[in-house]
Amino acid sequence: MKISERRLDKITIFDISGDIDLATSPMLRKALLHEFRELKMPRVVLNLMAVRYIDSSGVASLVEGLKASRDVGSRFILFGLNRTVREVLQLSKLLKIFEICENEEQSVAP
Amino acid sequence: MLCVVRNALGQLAETLGFSEAEGRAIVLAVDEAMTNIIRHAYRGDTGRPIEASFHRIHAPRDGQSADALEILLEDRGVTANPEKMCSRALEDVRPGGLGLHFIRESMDKVEFSRSWGKNQLRLVKFLHPQRSQKVP
Repeated sequence: MKISERRLDKITIFDISGDIDLATSPMLRKALLHEFRELKMPRVVLNLMAVRYIDSSGVASLVEGLKASRDVGSRFILFGLNRTVREVLQLSKLLKIFEICENEEQSVAP
Repeated sequence: MLCVVRNALGQLAETLGFSEAEGRAIVLAVDEAMTNIIRHAYRGDTGRPIEASFHRIHAPRDGQSADALEILLEDRGVTANPEKMCSRALEDVRPGGLGLHFIRESMDKVEFSRSWGKNQLRLVKFLHPQRSQKVP
């Protein structure tokens, strides 16, 4: 898995690629918690378009990110959900708890 | 190593005639099962062995014999207790506890056993008849 970070005013955009699994999900979790807890970013956006695989530990990291965002009153937005990611989130029955946008333009809109 | 298993298993499922969605389900189930072994049976030690074998079998289904993929995963970790293994309530929004739910949703049969100091997990996925292909 690779995480690239971009800043757009008060928005952090993480472009994620590769596999989010047992070995790599701690890296994603750490990055998300840092943005919310340490930097108090008002909005963090996750671009999942290039994610090839996500397992339950990856979903758990997303849930932790969501909880951290709620704790500090920030927004946590996902976009670019491909079939693989969508299937796993649907299977977890957690798809509806996330704020999901169709594209980057929507996810950074005021 | 999990990514190597995932790639190989995806190709095997395709070769056996599973649809792409079924293939992704099988890969997810096996990945979650191996993750559980590493996390729980081996308590996070990634260097311990997991034996995996894959068989095309005929198994009973609705009173008839049907083609299926059987996957056996064996480890020598601490005893798995099926009584205590339960996927959490899905409305409980918190990290963790999803792996077993994914396995049960993805496979047709999920059986735990222990013998000769080994935990064994048997997973079965039936082939849809019209999609099954003969393997040379």
